[in-house]
Parts: sequence; C-alpha cells; structure tokens
Amino acid sequence: MEIKAIGCEPLQLKRMHVKDGHTLKVYQETGGYKPLKKALTMSQDDIINEVKTSALRGRGGAGFPTGMKWSFVPRNSPKQKYVVCNADESEPGTFKDRYLLERDPHALIEGMLIAAYALGSQACYVYYRGEYNYLIDVMDKAIAEAKAAGLIGKNILGTDFSCEFYTHTGAGAYICGEETSLLSSLEGFRGHPRMKPPFPAIEGLYASPTVVNNVETLTAVPQIIEMGGEAWRNLGTEKSGGTKVWSVSGHVKKPGVYELPMGYADMEKFILEDCGGMLRPDKKLKAVIPGGSSVYIMNADQIIGKKVTLDYEGLVAGGSSVGSGGFIVMDETVDIMESSKNLTEFYKHESCGWCTPCREGTDWMAKIFTRISEGNGRPEDAQLLLDICDNIEGKSFCPLGDAAAWPVQSAIKRFPEDFKKWLINNTNGNSIGV
Amino acid sequence: MASVATDYTNKVLVTDEIAEFPSSIVAEMQSHLAKYPAERSRSALIPLLFVVQRERGYLDNPGMNFLAKFLNLEVTDVWETATFYSMFNLHKVGKHHIQICKTLSCKIMGEPEITKHICNKLAIKPGETTQDGKFTVTLVECLGSCGTAPMLQVGFDYHEDLTVEKVDKMLDSLK
Repeated sequence: MEIKAIGCEPLQLKRMHVKDGHTLKVYQETGGYKPLKKALTMSQDDIINEVKTSALRGRGGAGFPTGMKWSFVPRNSPKQKYVVCNADESEPGTFKDRYLLERDPHALIEGMLIAAYALGSQACYVYYRGEYNYLIDVMDKAIAEAKAAGLIGKNILGTDFSCEFYTHTGAGAYICGEETSLLSSLEGFRGHPRMKPPFPAIEGLYASPTVVNNVETLTAVPQIIEMGGEAWRNLGTEKSGGTKVWSVSGHVKKPGVYELPMGYADMEKFILEDCGGMLRPDKKLKAVIPGGSSVYIMNADQIIGKKVTLDYEGLVAGGSSVGSGGFIVMDETVDIMESSKNLTEFYKHESCGWCTPCREGTDWMAKIFTRISEGNGRPEDAQLLLDICDNIEGKSFCPLGDAAAWPVQSAIKRFPEDFKKWLINNTNGNSIGV
Repeated sequence: MASVATDYTNKVLVTDEIAEFPSSIVAEMQSHLAKYPAERSRSALIPLLFVVQRERGYLDNPGMNFLAKFLNLEVTDVWETATFYSMFNLHKVGKHHIQICKTLSCKIMGEPEITKHICNKLAIKPGETTQDGKFTVTLVECLGSCGTAPMLQVGFDYHEDLTVEKVDKMLDSLK
C-alpha cells in the first residue's frame, strides 16, 4: 500500500515515513508544537479568522466550512465548551484517518489544542471507532508524553490556557460518525442522532457548546496557523482550500493513502497513472465511487477524457462529490447490481432504527436486492428501488438515509444494463410480471 | 444462586447475581470513570462494557448487573446501550473471534474466497462457533482497512492483504 503526496509537499503525510514520527521528540524535531506556541500568542478571533480564510472544509464527508462551524460557538457562555474529534472512521472505502492517527498522533493533539484555545474550551475528547482499539493505545501514549512536557493540563506552555485531553471508544456503529449520534454515544447512550437545531455548537456534549471535527480537519489546523490561512488556501483552489488526503482501494495496482492539492487535475490521471493503473491491465475501468460509499457512483464515461478535477466543485460538476475522499475503483468484472446490493446491506445493518424511512427503507431495499440476486428479479424492481429511495432521501432524520439512497439511485441511472440483465432475463424466469 | 426469572424447567433466564471483579480490574474501571465529569459517569459505559466483555468472555447477566450498580444505572439502561453496538457479544463466542470484513472493497478483492476457505477449514458457517469453543467466525461491515483488502480482525488485531496461505498461517498460530 502506498502512502504519499502527489503534486504538493506532504503536509498531512509529512511524518508518515519518518522513523518514530509518532513520538513527541520526533514530532517537535520536525516542527511540531511551534504552531501551538504561535496560536497562544494570537487572539481567539484571529485564529478563527485564519481558519475561515483557509477555506478548510470538514473532511469527514459533509464538507462544512470549519471556520464557520467554530464561529457558531458562543464563547461567552458560562458553560464548559468541548472539542470532540470524530475518529469514528467507518465510511466504506475510507481509511486515511487510521494512518494519521497511527503515525502522527501529536498533530491531532496540537490541532485540537489550538481549536480548544480558540473556542475557550478546557476539555478535548477523541472518539475512536471501537475497532481502532490499537490506535487508542498509540494516542494514550502520546497524551502521556504531551502531559509530561506541559503541553496538556494546567497552564499550557506557561500561559493561562489549561486543557485536558481524553480518548473514548465506540463499539461498532457506523451511525456514530454522524456528529449528534457520536455525542449520544459519548454520553453512554445508543448512537441515535439528535434533532438539529439546537446544533452541537450551542448544545452538544452534556448540552454544552461543542465542536465536532474529523481527524483530518483538525490535523490541518496547525498547518494553517503555521503558514497562514491564505497561504494554505492557495495550495488548493479559491473555494476548496489546501490539500486533501484520499484513500484509494479496489482494482488499482497501488491502493493507498494519497495527499493531493485541492483542484488536482485530473481524476483519470490519478486513477490510471498515479495509482498505478488497473490491477489487471486487461480489465477496463468500469466504475469509481470517489467519496466513500455514500456518494454517487461514476461510470468510466464520466471520468475518461472528462478532466474531472479533485475538489468539492470539480467532483460535483463531474457527477459525484468529495464525501470522505474514499475512492473505490471497480473494473469490468464487477456487476453494479451486486456492488449496490453489498452497499445496501451495509446501510441496512448500520441504520440505527430511530426513524422509519431509513429503518424500513433500507430493509426493504435489501430484501429486493436479495430477490434480484437469487434470480427472481422482476422488471419493475428497478423502479421499485427508485421509489423506495425517493421515500428515504430527504425524509430521514439524519443523513444516513440520503447516504443509503444516493448509491442506488446513481447505480440504476448510470449502469442500467447491469440491472436490466437481472430483471428482464431473470434466471428462474418465474416471476416476471407478478 | 439468586434469580429473578426462570422458565418452566427452572432454567435461570434472568438473575440478579452480581459479578465480582478483582481490585485491579475495578481500578481499571475507575481510571475510565476519571475521564468524564463526575455527574456524567454514564459516559464511561461503553469503555466499561468492553472491560466486562474481556473479563467474562461476553456480556453476561451478572456482569451487566455489576455495571448497573457501579454506574448507579438501571440494569435496563446498561442493556439498552449494549444491545445497540455490534462489537458487544451478548452470547458466548469462541476464544478467537474472527471477524471478516464483507463490505465492498474487501468483497471485490477476494473476501468470498477467504470466507469460504476459513469456514471450510473450521467446518462452520459464518455466525457459528467451533465445537471446541476455539473459533467464532462473523462477517462484519467495513473495518477501515480497504487499501489492504481483503482483511479480517481477530479480537482487536488486524490481519491485512490476506491470501489463503496467510490465513492458514494465521489459523495455525492461534492456539
């Protein structure tokens, strides 16, 4: 597996190949904790403004402008404020945060401390997905080192800023990547989403003002403080600032974690050259899901020769979106009906059951997919799936419903042949028109 | 043994027996509690459920009763949370819990062959435990290791870039 930057200096991936990069000593030798020192001399407003200027957007999937999110926190509130890191990386096809957490934990600590200082918070929690248990040990060691060095705790670096830092574990629930579900889980409850508003910035953890950010979002913060928001933004495009870490899996020669400047041109080159091309050279590219499973699937015609740029605007124009940046590349051996069935089963399993459209909708979609795959597909099943999607999309309590509908909608629209062959010529031939 | 509900064969369905843990384990539990504000001790529930599961093999009735008492919660509160999360075992599992990722990237990179091989070798189906209680095989959703697919997790350990040969070696090493 490759871990490298293409088209830019490695920023997020700076310490991925540095020996002992996870230790405080090496982190500091390579420039670490200088941005924190700088931040502690800045005003809270200046830090938030730098982050706004940087055009940093949430890297977990929603792409919400980070500086704006921070500015919603009422800093004059007498309540404790919390900074929570979403390390519940569970989006199929996404594994970038895992390497950031494993090899550069201090970058996350530093990013969260800067956020905590800017927001007037004295407590940070990192919420790990339960399966990333070994990474909690890595972080706990890093926390202990930072504490011993006066970087966490009372009067950090001799200033009057004090902040504690804790790790917390989930226990296997995709929904906890949704920020309000994560907060429910962090409070010891089932991972059910909460009504917004109030947004977490106003009433989050323990009904206190809370900012929840993805790992990669927070590890970008020290870079932004170090080089200034404008310089960081200029690494990317006007609206999609900085660099982005992409996870690539599936049928390519070099799957891996790649850092690219936002606006990287183009998607075809990235897959067919940078990622080493197709795993089996005689098999053609068929489909790519570029943003983790919860975005529109793209067919080869939308990529080859289309000069799709890799940033928020470019991928939307190209027919999908950035999401969490998890590329799943599929060659012509993959049947898109079957891949859609696989993802639908994922959403069915991960639906938290709180709201009816998502709970029932994903269950019925999975049942229909099973029927199709058993050779009992009916000609009207494609339309039936689309109708169910229509009843889920925009009608669920949280974004998981949309995430379940979009892959199926786009698959039926963009790969009609893969559905037709199952529905028109079903192998058992006993249910057409029933 | 104290019990609060039995079936017609007098088999205990629900007991109010409370598990006991050595002081070192209780100290470990206290260290989790220390992470949260004193009035928010329920936040420690998920980390503590993992401790109980590790110590007792699965989330058994006496272990859950202990947690309810420890955190000053109703027993139903503890079950309510525990039953939501897929990593908590509500029944006994094998000594080695093999969890094979079945989501898309692993699926297209060879998960079906890996699953078939493991199940054939252990002579069980996914979801089952070997008769000697050594292995349980479960198919699970994405474990965040798609770049090194196909992969599986044994307990908390990741095994990646799997081949049939690698799986054989792994199974032989698990005693």
